[in-house]
Amino acid sequence: MPAKIDPDQVRRIARLARINLTQEELEQFSNQLSDILNYVDQLSELNTEGVEPTTGPLKISNVFRQDQAARSLSSEQALANAPCRHGDFFAVPKVLE
Amino acid sequence: MGYRPTIGLEIHVELSTASKMFCGCPNHFGDPPNSNVCPVCLGMPGVLPTMNRQAYEYAVLMGLALNCRIATFTKWDRKGYYYPDLPKNYQISQYDLPLSSNGYIDLLVNGQTKRIGITRAHLEEDAGKNVHDLPGCTGVDLNRAGVPLLEIVSEPDMNSVPEVMAYARSMRQLVRYLNISQANMQQGHMRFEPNISLWVFDDAEPDGGHYTPIVEVKNLNSFRSLERTVAFEIDRQAGQWQADPDGYRMDKMSKQNRGWDDVREVTVYQRHKEEADEYRYFPEPDLLPVEIDDAWLGRIKAQLPELPIARYARFRKEFGLDEKLTTLLTSERGTADYFEAVVQAGASPHRAANLIQSQGLRLANERGTDVAGLGISAERLAGLCKLADEDKVSATTAAGIFQAMLESDDPPEKIAQDRNLMQVSDTSALEAIVAEVLSENGKAVADYKSGGKKAKKARSFILGQVMQRSKGQANPKVAGELIDRKVLGQT
Repeated sequence: MPAKIDPDQVRRIARLARINLTQEELEQFSNQLSDILNYVDQLSELNTEGVEPTTGPLKISNVFRQDQAARSLSSEQALANAPCRHGDFFAVPKVLE
Repeated sequence: MGYRPTIGLEIHVELSTASKMFCGCPNHFGDPPNSNVCPVCLGMPGVLPTMNRQAYEYAVLMGLALNCRIATFTKWDRKGYYYPDLPKNYQISQYDLPLSSNGYIDLLVNGQTKRIGITRAHLEEDAGKNVHDLPGCTGVDLNRAGVPLLEIVSEPDMNSVPEVMAYARSMRQLVRYLNISQANMQQGHMRFEPNISLWVFDDAEPDGGHYTPIVEVKNLNSFRSLERTVAFEIDRQAGQWQADPDGYRMDKMSKQNRGWDDVREVTVYQRHKEEADEYRYFPEPDLLPVEIDDAWLGRIKAQLPELPIARYARFRKEFGLDEKLTTLLTSERGTADYFEAVVQAGASPHRAANLIQSQGLRLANERGTDVAGLGISAERLAGLCKLADEDKVSATTAAGIFQAMLESDDPPEKIAQDRNLMQVSDTSALEAIVAEVLSENGKAVADYKSGGKKAKKARSFILGQVMQRSKGQANPKVAGELIDRKVLGQT
């Protein structure tokens, strides 16, 4: 089986997901991802002519709620699990200098 | 050689729903940080978003107002987004099946109609707000995360700063007419992202030409910064092209992102886009598609009001008002509705228009409201207009009565009578005054009668005396006729 995803592509995807990978991992995941794609590729053996593309497994649409506002969590509850806070703000490392 | 600016604009508009796009948290500006949040908009695991029907209908209404094709089937997509102001790490948006596309808006620019194409308008969720002025950290307030956001993308059909401004202002006017957003600039309800490039051409070769590299400027939140950004970029790109006519071309340089520096009033280089943005879109598995049928679309269509440009044209034609006055009266739907109600109640259009313009808009502005919010019913204002139309009060007095009506619920006629402001047009009442004035001013009468150089001056003097003696209540036209008749024997 030819490799569907080469290490360079894995590096790019990892960068988009903000993940650091070693050279070994790049090789390893390139093989694994290729295996997965090859496996899924079996589906292309099916003849899908005349079959409508689907966007989901359920034949349901238009599930809405009414536009009514209700309070949920207090800011104390919202911030309870935050590793770091500043007053009522979530605190994160400086985004801009 | 010459160049023509080529500009497209992306506009984000926050919709004024009561609750957020996919959860029931209040959509409300100015509350304490992180007080309008829930597990859904905090991006907690295991939660499910649910669509806000009102937000969807607002978006469709805007699509209709922009003459778009409304998709009968749409779905939602996830757009990768790695910033702390949207904690799910993706934004729910619409990628390949936007709810509306292929529309246009007509603008009035310097008296000419210009049509700007609308590529698409789709719904998504807003991000929260980062606060940068805290010590040692960036603060994140997620009250805005998940607020319904309409993204409107234009075709690159604008060719000048005035066209860009007319487009942006028309969009603000339109969403306010439709009542789908307050479009309050101070509260960040509208944000602009212009894409700017120059078409460089040679008059000698009509078929040739090239574009300068596109520059996209992100996140402008005022008309002023939009105007200055576009003007600056046009000049900057023209300078770059003149300095390097062969290298500064779209086919030799990739697209660039720049930011607007409000203090220095320049755009600042941010990054080149070496490749297409990689957002890793994929279908949102937590939401179901939306299918809109004719019946539902018809109900939304029925909510479309007369749109600003149509109303402008009708006001000009139906009421014979000039461009400036019509623009003022149609700028806000509430003002236009109020004006029409006043005319409907019997006022002459010109009188109503002038009083609303000179008094109503000014007083409303002072009080931070709109003309309808001044508390003077259309019927009462029409009553005042009729007093002036029938010469019972002068135009100056009418302006004063307008102000008095803010403090008093009396009919305008009573206010005028109580304050002795009714104009005297009754000839018998004026005759005595005119007779007195004429008998006391023999010289002026003689000058007027002589018809010489001094005649005109003498007549104004006599009329002035009559006005003074009547304490300004004489109808000047009637008094003048009376003087002419007495002195010259004319009828």
